[in-house]
Amino acid sequence: MEAASLAIDVEGLTKRFDGKVVVDHFGLRVARGQIYGFLGPNGSGKTTTIRMLCGLLTPDGGRGTCLGFDIVRESARIKREVGYMTQRFSLYEDLSIAENLAFVARIYGMADRRRRIDEALERLGLAGRRGQLAGTLSGGWKQRLALAACLLHDPKLLLLDEPTAGVDPGARREFWEHLHELAHGGMTVLVSTHYMDEAERCHALAYIAYGKLLASGTAADVVASAGLSTWAIEGANLAAVAGALRGAPGADMVVPFGARLHVSGTDARALEASVSRVAAQAGLAASPIEPGLEDVFIHLMRRVREPVTTARPAEE
Amino acid sequence: MFAWSRFAAVVVKEFVQVRRDRLTFAMMIGVPVLQLVLFGFAINMDPKGLPMAVVSAEASPFSRSLVRSLEASGYFRVVAQPASEAEAEALIAGGDVQFVLHVPPDFSRKLSRGERPAVLVEADATDPAATGNAIAALQALNLTALDRDLSGPLAGLRAGPPAFELRVHRRYNPEGITAHNIVPGLMGVVLTMTMVMMTALAMTRERERGTMENLLATPVRPFEVMAGKIVPYILIGYVQVVVILVAAKLLFRVPMVGSLPLLSAILVLFIAANLAVGFTFSTLARNQLQAMQMTFFFFLPSMLLSGFMFPFRGMPGWAQVIGEALPLTHFLRIVRGILLKANQWSDVALEVAALAAFLVAAGAIALARYRETLD
Repeated sequence: MEAASLAIDVEGLTKRFDGKVVVDHFGLRVARGQIYGFLGPNGSGKTTTIRMLCGLLTPDGGRGTCLGFDIVRESARIKREVGYMTQRFSLYEDLSIAENLAFVARIYGMADRRRRIDEALERLGLAGRRGQLAGTLSGGWKQRLALAACLLHDPKLLLLDEPTAGVDPGARREFWEHLHELAHGGMTVLVSTHYMDEAERCHALAYIAYGKLLASGTAADVVASAGLSTWAIEGANLAAVAGALRGAPGADMVVPFGARLHVSGTDARALEASVSRVAAQAGLAASPIEPGLEDVFIHLMRRVREPVTTARPAEE
Repeated sequence: MFAWSRFAAVVVKEFVQVRRDRLTFAMMIGVPVLQLVLFGFAINMDPKGLPMAVVSAEASPFSRSLVRSLEASGYFRVVAQPASEAEAEALIAGGDVQFVLHVPPDFSRKLSRGERPAVLVEADATDPAATGNAIAALQALNLTALDRDLSGPLAGLRAGPPAFELRVHRRYNPEGITAHNIVPGLMGVVLTMTMVMMTALAMTRERERGTMENLLATPVRPFEVMAGKIVPYILIGYVQVVVILVAAKLLFRVPMVGSLPLLSAILVLFIAANLAVGFTFSTLARNQLQAMQMTFFFFLPSMLLSGFMFPFRGMPGWAQVIGEALPLTHFLRIVRGILLKANQWSDVALEVAALAAFLVAAGAIALARYRETLD
């Protein structure tokens, strides 16, 4: 990929808090116009990375550019071109919807403020509630308002930190449709999430755990590169089957999915042997399936299991 | 039903939380210590060694021993011997001296003749508490001041009425009305408390509610945030000033002999200085409770050591040094000077310079502490 076509191009990003490495030589390249999923367990350094990208935190090491601007020296330029939606609602709860948008519009020095705010409210379907205090909105509406606020100045890059946490499925679907429209219009979106269905809606993904990048690429690439085989066992008394499979050769992960048991491992041959043996004993059918993203991610995370240190909480 | 285990659970949790919030813990120990020191050592309701200027039209043994006996009382300390009345006037107006002693031209001649010449003592009675004891001491002194000098042929003057007449002229607040001193001072106290607190909370609230992150992610610059947060409170401060001035005029009949435009110009400086302190606190405090505590920690010495409640000149040297470092001290001199003493710009220029220096220092700390990142 050429540098000009990259919205985000960073390498070796490192951040320490009180001597603890939270982001460890992290590299990321995101093409313009892409929706890029950012996945990883809690405390894996996603928020810290996003904050370094938009100049909220100074990296202790590494370098790179965001929209062609240096992330350390030109953070003021980056701030003008980036829309950042924080994990926690960070607009003013004691301002009304319209007042919040007006504040943002003034900060970015927009010329036709009134028209832009009216349009944003119209698009949001909030025109009738413009005077309502932001703090009285429900979670889904807060999220829409926050998105509208960070889109107000027509950013070229959107950084969304778990934007749909706690939002109902209907609103999430709408939200993602909106993101795809924006990406179609040329905007680049980096979005962190814990939802697998959302991960699959991204053009490309990065998976980070304990501050390290473990996998990246399209969802299919990520699944393929993990070299994981998965079998599904269906039937009754799966708890006993799961117990028998845990620790069996090749069966690295045994995960119940309702009426199905997913058994995964990297050693395909040993896994097949174990699964056929245990399934036969229980008189159940076992069939190979395509591993899901979730299987891959849990597998990746277990491989690098490390002491439970967390990044600084988001509020700090 | 009261269950000991549930009660104990709350007690234990409370202790753990208090201990974790180190600043709160330090304040709970620090505030009583601060109060003990301030009330116990710094405050003195009977100020002595008050600065006095002597305008003597004659240098006679009588006038010298009069001055000596004044100093011997402990209440007066002669710091200046101005050559003219105008110079003496400037000294008392500017607050450099608290008293001016005027010895008339033919003091010794009249005294020897038993004509009971009049000696005038002008007192800056803006703060009745600061001068009350000294004036009382003057009256007592009058009877005995020259006893030693009245010997030989003049011994007869020792009996009977005092050999000279002592006139005390209480200036600026002739009736010694405490409210005339307190109410203008209150303006400074109210502004100190509300301005420091409001800014300290305003910024800390941004951080506590998480809106700081959003603010920092926008192109807004630190100075824009600081100035933008300070200006609304300057206006609020002016509203407070107007309320206090109107009340002072209508309710307390406080004389307002000086220039209100001059006062309001200086007010901007004083308010901004306090706001800068509040802004600095907000960059240090992690939550609104801590911001409140820091405000209190600043407010307490401001109130006690500035000369608002207790005479400034009564305090020991170290307390005066601390007092001089507080903006309220200087503002009190300015506001009392302008309202009660009709001070001009030249009289208060030094105090204004002190306020400006404080503002620059506090503003610099605030800006240096303000982080554009979340690091």
